[in-house]
Amino acid sequence: MFAYLVRRLLLMLVTLFGISVVIFVLLRVVPGNIVDILFAAAGYVDPADKANLEKELGIDQPLIVQYWHWISGFLRGDLGYSYVSEKPALQEILPRIPITAKLAGLALLFSASIGIPLGVISAVKQGTRLDYALRVVSLSGLSLPSFWLGLLILTASVAMFGQMPIFNPNPQTWLEAFATYAVPAAAVGFRSAALTMRITRSSMLEVLRQDYIRTARAKGASEAAVNYRHALKNAILPVITVIGIEAAFLIGGLIVTETVFNIPGVARFLVEAIRWRDYPIVQNLVMFIAVVVVVANFTVDMLYAVFDPRIRYTD
Amino acid sequence: MRSVWALAVTAALSVLMASTTTLAGEPKQGGTLRMYHRDSPANASILEGATYSVNVPFMGVFNNLVIYDQHIAQNSPDTLRPELAESWSWSSDNKKLTFKLRQGVKWHDGKPFTSADVKCSFDLLMGKSQQKLRQNPRKAWYNEVNEITTSGDFEVSFELKRPQPSLLAMLASGYTPVYPCHVSPADMRTHPIGTGPFKFVEFKANESIKLTRNPDYWKKGLPYLDGIEYTIITNRSTAILAFVAGKFDMTFPTHITIPLLKDIKSQAPNATCVVEPTNVSTNIIVNSSSPPFDNIDVRRAVALALDRKAFIDILFEGQADIGGTMLPPPQGIWGMPKDRLETIPGYGPNVNANREEAKKLMQKAGYGPDKHLAVKVSTRNLAEYRDPAVILIDQLKSIYIDGELDVVETANWFPKVARKDYMLGLNLTGSSVDDPDQSFYENYSCGSERNYTNYCNKEIEKLFDVQSQETDTNKRKPLVWDIDKKLQEDVARPIIFHARAGTCWQPYVKGITIMSNSSYNGFRYEDVWLDK
Repeated sequence: MFAYLVRRLLLMLVTLFGISVVIFVLLRVVPGNIVDILFAAAGYVDPADKANLEKELGIDQPLIVQYWHWISGFLRGDLGYSYVSEKPALQEILPRIPITAKLAGLALLFSASIGIPLGVISAVKQGTRLDYALRVVSLSGLSLPSFWLGLLILTASVAMFGQMPIFNPNPQTWLEAFATYAVPAAAVGFRSAALTMRITRSSMLEVLRQDYIRTARAKGASEAAVNYRHALKNAILPVITVIGIEAAFLIGGLIVTETVFNIPGVARFLVEAIRWRDYPIVQNLVMFIAVVVVVANFTVDMLYAVFDPRIRYTD
Repeated sequence: MRSVWALAVTAALSVLMASTTTLAGEPKQGGTLRMYHRDSPANASILEGATYSVNVPFMGVFNNLVIYDQHIAQNSPDTLRPELAESWSWSSDNKKLTFKLRQGVKWHDGKPFTSADVKCSFDLLMGKSQQKLRQNPRKAWYNEVNEITTSGDFEVSFELKRPQPSLLAMLASGYTPVYPCHVSPADMRTHPIGTGPFKFVEFKANESIKLTRNPDYWKKGLPYLDGIEYTIITNRSTAILAFVAGKFDMTFPTHITIPLLKDIKSQAPNATCVVEPTNVSTNIIVNSSSPPFDNIDVRRAVALALDRKAFIDILFEGQADIGGTMLPPPQGIWGMPKDRLETIPGYGPNVNANREEAKKLMQKAGYGPDKHLAVKVSTRNLAEYRDPAVILIDQLKSIYIDGELDVVETANWFPKVARKDYMLGLNLTGSSVDDPDQSFYENYSCGSERNYTNYCNKEIEKLFDVQSQETDTNKRKPLVWDIDKKLQEDVARPIIFHARAGTCWQPYVKGITIMSNSSYNGFRYEDVWLDK
């Protein structure tokens, strides 16, 4: 087990190195840099001003030098300065992480707490009206883009209550705090909940047909015990995998949700940084996300062993 | 007796109503104006900015030497008011403009304002100082300024190479605040220091901009507001919904399109909304340096094919303006009168006749029903560029031109145009000052950085100088009209229309005036107040 852990950790480092190279190269492959954008916005180019600015930002240097400056700084914890705000990149990124983390955490919680129970119910009540209704709900969750759902929620709030749950950095009441995060989390988590529900349902259906479930029923176990203690415990593995993958894909949903609900999180910030070709912000943020995803995947793999004693990692 | 009582009650009510009216009309101190901002500006330095996204939030931090009256919608030479300058005078040969400066003015950090600050600011703009602006988009405004000289702490003079009365107009623009000598351009980008009614508090990129009242403002009793908070909301739907829900007191100025304005009026019927020209023209840039548009006949055919009214009806529900280079009257000071405008080929009301003429020109150039000209119509990937480009492509079909939309990201748009890597482009040109000098020299003079089409006509350039030196507005106007007509006839940069846009605010917001011939000059907000 220990050797496996070490191997996985080493693999993580290699993966992260590969990602850093890909991020760096891809950003430079995209046409235009921040200097181009600044001058494009101004509608003129003064070659001398442009050269000065490129020199000031260090983007006139060879790519390998730029990469070394970035990666060595990253390893030392020096993320450089944002080209746009001219503030330390860390100072720009750090305050935004908790916002997105709360949102993502709540979205995953929403996804699991809604998706798993409804998936179980749908499987247990297979073929009933309730099952059909829940399947329609899950299908709509997969079909509705989160930005559209977000706008729908905002429009409905304004039309019905004359208010809208827009981001409030200093909520005064629990209701404000709830609206600040819960509504957007639900908007972004709805798709994940739908997916979780479908996976739970199909996985449960498969398990419910197993012999040991029949045995449990024959032993006189209650329906709840059969469904949740015997069936769900074994059906949950693919669900965990999906939730792990969804955690990575959530960033895509968060970008639009943060934009629609005007939440100053890292996801929206990343899009703006890409628009400005703000390399220090984009590189470091993508690396941060990559670390989160790689660690999440690693954690999911480890959780397999916890949830399924049959799985043991060996050399 | 009953009539006496009735009279008394009526009199009492009248007095009460009159006093209430007076109270409602008197400005009240306090409150924070909450506005959304359409995007996150690159930085806070107006001198380096080239979009009103910088002017709107930061104009209140500064003062100019002179400023356009903030409560007269039309900027004109008659609406210039002294600000940091108490008065100004021209020398007899109109080559020296001297300002007497206001005394006792302090920067937000407590240091005194003097003539040295004015000299520093304009030396910076002219590229003559040790410190440099990272970007200097309006350096050309001061091409005719030879030198800035000071006489004592409170007098400063602009010495010109030749008379240029429009200099005052450019000094009054929201783009021309006076900067402090003792703060570096880099610091001005992140923490601007001014003399204006509001002090900078913080700018969180993509989040918010906050200003607070300057208690030591040199205009006693102003500003009325305790502060202004801009929440950056890039999604227009969210921003408008938030305004409708009462989260904001005002929309971002001239940010509401005509179709969206109807939504706001239906959902927030009490809101005050105005529609004004933005002085941004939508135009065509033609690459005349390579075939097929090196042929003047093909260029003229394109100009003749335009159905300007159709653009305006589709995009603005009829609420935009047809004009030449200069914004048309009545909002524009220098635009051609309608009768003169309609004498320009392509501007006449009979679109079919214009297109028949265009077809003949195309046939002369070798194109026709059996041989269409295939062109790429390049434009920026922004709705205000894309939408008219699509209509343009449709209209060009009527003269044997098959257009294909080539959408270009902002980062690549200007480099592409600069290296002439386009055939036909749809472009937007904003004028921060409604003055021919700004427009003509910037967009049409030989070698200008913003002359995207490289149009160069030395004869016209001489006329630019003639109109520029004319001090009598009434004499200058016909000169400007002649130049504008010639520019359109030369297909230098065919103007399709001049846009209009809306601004809304809640009924309790008082003292807002939206400028009608510039989107860059009306955001000092020192006497805006909230009637709450």
